[in-house]
Amino acid sequence: MASANKVGARNRPLSPHLQIWRWGPAMLVSILHRVTGAGLSLAGLGVLLYWLGALASGPEAYAQFVKCMGHPVGLAVLVGLTWAFWQHTATGIRHYVLDIGAGYELETNARWSVLTIVFSILLTVATWALILAR
Amino acid sequence: MGNGTSIGRVRGLGSAHSGAGTWLQERVTGLASLIVSLYLLVSLLLLPAYNYLTVKAWISAPLPATAMVLFVIVNFWHARAGLRVVIEDYQHEHGSKLFFLLALDLFAFAGAAFGVLSIVRLALGA
Repeated sequence: MASANKVGARNRPLSPHLQIWRWGPAMLVSILHRVTGAGLSLAGLGVLLYWLGALASGPEAYAQFVKCMGHPVGLAVLVGLTWAFWQHTATGIRHYVLDIGAGYELETNARWSVLTIVFSILLTVATWALILAR
Repeated sequence: MGNGTSIGRVRGLGSAHSGAGTWLQERVTGLASLIVSLYLLVSLLLLPAYNYLTVKAWISAPLPATAMVLFVIVNFWHARAGLRVVIEDYQHEHGSKLFFLLALDLFAFAGAAFGVLSIVRLALGA
């Protein structure tokens, strides 16, 4: 609220940021939801456009795309995006449940928070197992 | 944060009376994103190979092309909704907030246009 200083008002209280709170599962997956969402938006949509653009440009451009994504760095990005997708999906569904007012009991909330991480890791492994087993 | 006094409203300290719409948009596009994302994932897993001809033949067919156009639109829409909240949370200066929100709109609309055009070009036989 820097604008409050400009109009000469008193400094209004700010809510404490990350370093103040004691870490817990709910806080962790809330942050993960935002981080994976930003990652999918920037890196994920970037790879999507590279893929579609390469396909539309022709065989040479597509071969370049395949080479780039087949490189260890490219593969790491793809695996990372896969995990980000499943984590964002799991925490997204968690948010829908919280939106209808359910799942706020401390134990329930912590359990489902941890389960979103278990879910995302298992689904990432399963996705790549299916790709590699084809 | 009162919205009762006139001076509070002048200083922008009250409710904006327009937030539920963007909040709901984020939820609805999120659900739509899940549907088209699972469609793309299953389609990719069912493809026999990932070479140019195979992938091109798949995405050029009417149903996958339609699904992928929706995939691009829905995901850029959802990304824009989500990143708007991130910018509004961390950019408190009016100038920089406006800059990042406009840059986000440019990124979202330009990216979606490029993605849709690429699919249409493939579907119409580039």
